Amino acid sequence: MTDIAVHLLVLILLPPFLLGVINKTKAFFAGRKGPPLLQTYRDIAKLLRKGMVISGTTTWIFRAGPLVTLAAVAMAGLLVPFGASPAIIAFQGDLVLFAYLFGLARFFTTSAALDTGSSFEGMGSAREATFAVLTEPALFFAFLALARMSGSLSLVNMLRVPAMGLAAGTTAPLVLIAIGLFIILLAETCRIPVDDPNTHLELTMIHEAMVLDHSGPLLGAITYSASLKLFIIGSVLVDIVAPWKTGNPLMDWPIFAGELVVLAAVIGVVESVMARLRMNRVPYLLVSAILLCGSAFILLVR
Amino acid sequence: MDLLNALLVIILVLNLFALGTSRILSVIRIVAAQGVLLGALPLLLYESIGLPEALAAAVGILIKGLLIPTIMTRALRDVVIKKEVQPIIGLLPSIILGALGTGFALIFANRLDMAPFQGGTLIVPAAFATIFVGFIILTTRVKALSQAVGYLVLENGIFIFGLLLVDAMPLVVEMGVLLDLFVGIFVIAIMVKHINRAFSSTDTSQLVALKE
Repeated sequence: MTDIAVHLLVLILLPPFLLGVINKTKAFFAGRKGPPLLQTYRDIAKLLRKGMVISGTTTWIFRAGPLVTLAAVAMAGLLVPFGASPAIIAFQGDLVLFAYLFGLARFFTTSAALDTGSSFEGMGSAREATFAVLTEPALFFAFLALARMSGSLSLVNMLRVPAMGLAAGTTAPLVLIAIGLFIILLAETCRIPVDDPNTHLELTMIHEAMVLDHSGPLLGAITYSASLKLFIIGSVLVDIVAPWKTGNPLMDWPIFAGELVVLAAVIGVVESVMARLRMNRVPYLLVSAILLCGSAFILLVR
Repeated sequence: MDLLNALLVIILVLNLFALGTSRILSVIRIVAAQGVLLGALPLLLYESIGLPEALAAAVGILIKGLLIPTIMTRALRDVVIKKEVQPIIGLLPSIILGALGTGFALIFANRLDMAPFQGGTLIVPAAFATIFVGFIILTTRVKALSQAVGYLVLENGIFIFGLLLVDAMPLVVEMGVLLDLFVGIFVIAIMVKHINRAFSSTDTSQLVALKE
């Protein structure tokens, strides 16, 4: 019971902090002081207090977009085991639900963007959809390999495999999956080699282009669901890379949170040292994620 | 054994990234990282690690990870060329080709006669895949410097294969190979500079015809 409460509390409260860590890391590399770690919370709180400007050409889809996205992503958070808690909802085959909750979120984000009729937002939607076509098979290959290792189709059991110690023959696939998932993480959360969250040049934006017309509380919901997405995929990755558990909840939760903060710092480092890929080169990166996760599967079944 | 496999898999991933990166400098850095990992590999295989083994690994890491990349970076800086690789068959096709080769190597390595000697490691498939990727880079890149990178990757594959013989092959042989490689790269770097001075291009496809 307490585990479920802590799970929900962590899921609701921690995500914006990770964005703060990323920004702080980037500021450190740029030699700046950077915004305070809690800045994202303040941004969201500020946006929630503001009014909204809604274009007269839009329909209810425009308003539903960010809210459905937020709901779908939060729902996906219930399927993933965090720290000491197993997932709140778990059943055979929930990995498909997990993947398509992100699909649903993406569908509504792109629809809301198309609903405005703005050409830039249409462009952003087209790019988002194109890149999603490439991240999804990579994600499924990764899940396929994990399912093969664990003999289960439930995320809870699949993500428990790395924690059970490294059996013969699983280390190599796990390394491949971890690298592939890191690329998926960067692509799904629109971080730098794929997309630049800070850009405001319309021609190169992907995610930012889609949310240009949203303001006030809706923009707050978008910022929050972006951080949730980072948190959820990040925790899947952490479960695979660093499945350290002590068995004591009082230790496990801080370890889990610490690992996520380290992951956020790593993302910050990647963003600082790498340039963004040219738009037509992004598919290469995503295809290599597919190939990595696919070879993990080949290694297991050969 | 598991740590060895994990390192080999990372080397395979670096292969793919080397195929897919467009800037020569980044490719050189990727191959340097591969060299560092390779230098550490023998340490996992020896029964006992004494001073000679540690020294060999250190020298290997130093030459492959630091010295050769530095020489190549210098050469790249000195010659006035566009700092992008010019593949004949495109970056994405070469990644896919490399991945296919890697996949086949993984599948077929178990069918070979030497399967019993591998003992559950990925040494043989990793060696084949790396040699294959080296060939791809060597044959599909136009610039002399990126061909040298391909040569380096090829040699890395042969080095991985040599790990199978770690009990039989004395360190001296390994050091000799490393020295050869070093000299080879050194010569290529100097040559690239001279080609550039004489012909204002290091495009090897233009070197087939003689001119007065």
